[in-house]
Amino acid sequence: MKQNDQGSWNPYLAGSLTGIVSVLSVWVAGKYFGASTSFVRTAGMIEKLFAPERVEKMDYFIQKAPVIEWQWMFVVGIFVGALIAAFTSGSFRLQAVPDMWAAHFGAQTTGKRAVVAFIGGIILMFGARLAGGCPSGHGLSGTMQLSVSGYIALVCFFAGGLFVARQLYKGGANS
Amino acid sequence: MKILVTGLITGILFGFLLQKARVLRYDKQLGALRLQDMTIVKFMLSTIIVGMIGINLLHDLDMISLSIKGTVLGANIIGGLIFGIGWGLLGYCPGTSLGALGEGRWDALWGILGMLVGAGLYAEAYPGLKKSVLTWGNLGKITLADVTGINHWIIIIVLGIGSLALFRWFEKKGL
Repeated sequence: MKQNDQGSWNPYLAGSLTGIVSVLSVWVAGKYFGASTSFVRTAGMIEKLFAPERVEKMDYFIQKAPVIEWQWMFVVGIFVGALIAAFTSGSFRLQAVPDMWAAHFGAQTTGKRAVVAFIGGIILMFGARLAGGCPSGHGLSGTMQLSVSGYIALVCFFAGGLFVARQLYKGGANS
Repeated sequence: MKILVTGLITGILFGFLLQKARVLRYDKQLGALRLQDMTIVKFMLSTIIVGMIGINLLHDLDMISLSIKGTVLGANIIGGLIFGIGWGLLGYCPGTSLGALGEGRWDALWGILGMLVGAGLYAEAYPGLKKSVLTWGNLGKITLADVTGINHWIIIIVLGIGSLALFRWFEKKGL
């Protein structure tokens, strides 16, 4: 259940400020928020270490070149920004298993959580690239511009997520 | 170089706000997918409304250009649902996973590794997908205004009022 969380900001306020940041980003740098392409570029950079000639010939890596650009730095920035906010508000906590997970599956399930998170990550990113974006690119940037693809993708993200969450937390203790 | 710095700064601001609103957490993301805690929905819709007004205003004033992603029904819908399935398992999205790691929730690391694998697998599958799913129902770069023939400001007002009504309902229900 919901609990009071010291130092947290009202989600409407933080969301509105994020909206302003995203508009400024387009105005100043001409860049819309997005995150999933950076994972493609990083995967390309890693693969390039082992098979540079092969990566150079792959269609998708030609389109999304394995280089560091605006969005890649943006994703690194999210890590840094969250770290700063967590430390300054005293909410940084090293945690291997989320509270809700622990309440349902038990606290001593680090291995199980790792496997589910890893597989979830594979599926999620494959889907994001097929859909052409993630909750940042489609969900925020797309919908802001009234792009039809953004609204379709956002609805499907939630539809898939609602279904899995229901299966995962079916029965047992209700946290 | 300047573009890399603006990317980092924008990301830091985004990550800071995400952490302050507590939307990075597994518990908040699964809370929304289990229809128990609407914090991330409040945050996202606030961002979208403010961004929508700002982006369209600046675009009408010819100060920015839009970057609309093409609508491909097959890819958007199938990819979106696949993303949702992975999201329900992982409990973080591509952008928020880095932020979650920043506030110490290191189960996000397994998800990040999975996402890199998923991105690599997508690059392998891309030539085949390009000839199939990515061509199914290709409608081009369309917006809600294009599809309905209604002025974009009327759509923005309707979406804004709809969101405010939803917020009121969330608050009434204590979600």
